[in-house]
Amino acid sequence: MAITINGTPVDPPADPRVSLLDLMRDRLHLTGTKVGCNQGACGACTVLIDGQRVLSCLTLAVQAEGRTVTTIEGLGADGLHPLQQAFLEHDGFQCGYCTPGQICAASAMLEEVAAGMPSYVTRDLAAPARLTREEVRERMSGNLCRCGAHNGIIDAIMAVAEEQAA
Amino acid sequence: MTPVQYRRADSASDAIRLAGTAGHRLLGGGTNLVDLMRKGVERPDTLVDVTGLPGAIEEAADGSIVIGAGARNSAIAAHPLIRSRYPMLSRAILAGASAQIRNMATAGGNLLQRTRCVYFADAAGSRCNKRAPGSGCDAIGGFTRYHAILGASPACIATHPSDMAVALAALDARVHVAGADGARALPLTDFHRLPGDRPDLETELAPGEVIVAIELPPSRLAPRSDYRKVRDRASYAFALVSVAAGLVIEDGRISEARIALGGVAHKPWRAWRAEAALQGEAPNEAAFVAAAEAELAGAEPRPGNMFKVTLAKRTLAAVLSGLCEDQA
Ligand SMILES: Cc1cc2nc3c(=O)[nH]c(=O)nc-3n(C[C@H](O)[C@H](O)[C@H](O)COP(=O)(O)OP(=O)(O)OC[C@H]3O[C@@H](n4cnc5c(N)ncnc54)[C@H](O)[C@@H]3O)c2cc1C
Ligand code: SF4
Ligand code: FES
Ligand code: FES
Repeated sequence: MAITINGTPVDPPADPRVSLLDLMRDRLHLTGTKVGCNQGACGACTVLIDGQRVLSCLTLAVQAEGRTVTTIEGLGADGLHPLQQAFLEHDGFQCGYCTPGQICAASAMLEEVAAGMPSYVTRDLAAPARLTREEVRERMSGNLCRCGAHNGIIDAIMAVAEEQAA
Repeated sequence: MTPVQYRRADSASDAIRLAGTAGHRLLGGGTNLVDLMRKGVERPDTLVDVTGLPGAIEEAADGSIVIGAGARNSAIAAHPLIRSRYPMLSRAILAGASAQIRNMATAGGNLLQRTRCVYFADAAGSRCNKRAPGSGCDAIGGFTRYHAILGASPACIATHPSDMAVALAALDARVHVAGADGARALPLTDFHRLPGDRPDLETELAPGEVIVAIELPPSRLAPRSDYRKVRDRASYAFALVSVAAGLVIEDGRISEARIALGGVAHKPWRAWRAEAALQGEAPNEAAFVAAAEAELAGAEPRPGNMFKVTLAKRTLAAVLSGLCEDQA
């Protein structure tokens, strides 16, 4: 069975030790996804598997067999994704290294909120989730930014969320 | 990483058969195991992917909720039955790791995640009785901010890092396991072990046994329960101290209390002493402080984690006060 990456079927590697991250970057030259810590601590390697945000550094590529992977290249395939545009407009990055992970994570995060999923800072677990800046901070805490572009990142995400709600 | 084979278990019986083979390890989301393989701490020859094990979250005839071992942490936290009936469990899971990791992590893998003791993870440079029995413990006399203050031993002072398991300990959850010799269930509070002189033996799971489900019994106090985690940054960090608690107050007296602490011991720490101290008391600050004192009376902190004793007492009293405000 193949791994479908941004719509293209790819054979899983023969060596099960290869992470999804290394498969994409080193063997498929899909370098949009970044490698930061390689141990689950930074979020730079975030991609979507079957629409859910996960860390590609801790996912063995063989575990993605039969699944659909979307990377930043996939999100931006038909021109800039609304989140990419918003990151540009709101200074959502400085060096840009964390940005692909931030944008993949944010796109899934907005879906999670739309599906009513709570976060640790959601006070009323019974009520539908509402996106506040505090909520964005908590829900995006798995994506570190060494440049400290967080305020711009939150502005960009809030802008897209407000557009979607309008 | 040493070379490894990979296969998927199609069913629980398949997983049990493969789990019993020497050198085989079960693979959940891989968020802990893959990392430890990369660090050279774990060296399985074959990985048996058990993410295909049932992960349904369902109500049983007696009102218990049964969570399949394959359930992802994020799915448990967001499930309407868990949010409404066991909010402390939703909050505990949501307090752990990041959204990405919770989407990957399974219920079974969460219970069996290994300690975050830095010396344990440093296979090349540190002595560790858990990783290499009999080699010594570099944490003792070393960096102990994240280490135990209760139930530790001269062999190991590591803590269990799971937030989810702390809530499960307070909720009297049961762990259903199965092996070649059949199936059994044990209380979560008896599932993890204290280190004693065998810190390498972390749970009561026998070699070859597989976790198949977690069962939450019906609970009167759980619908108004809470989980609070104190850590070095506001999110995406392991607990210094955490508290899961629920109370039932009847006629102005505490008739039931369930409390567990995280970040303080080698296992999720059920606060039996605090619970006993609260029984029949009026729910006020003095009673909460006395209960916290009773629980922490036996604490044996290290120079690097003395602060945790006070932190645990204050957090426990604060969570209990918060529960009463909610019920007022
Ligand atoms: C950066 C980072 C931060 C984190 N922060 C937190 C935190 O704040 N709080 C917290 O609680 N956790 C935290 N975690 C840990 C995370 O919760 C665990 O790694 C996760 O729950 C493990 O689940 P898994 O399915 O990925 O397990 P795996 O890594 O796949 O497996 C872990 C162990 O469980 C065994 N196993 C898996 N399934 C079964 C089964 N069904 N039966 C028997 N054995 C089984 C495996 O053999 C292995 O030994 C963090 C992790 C990372 C990387
Ligand atoms: S505290 Fe336990 S896990 Fe850490 S180095 Fe000592 S023996 Fe190893
Ligand atoms: S590279 Fe995957 S989390 Fe840092
Ligand atoms: S923009 Fe540089 S790390 Fe985030």
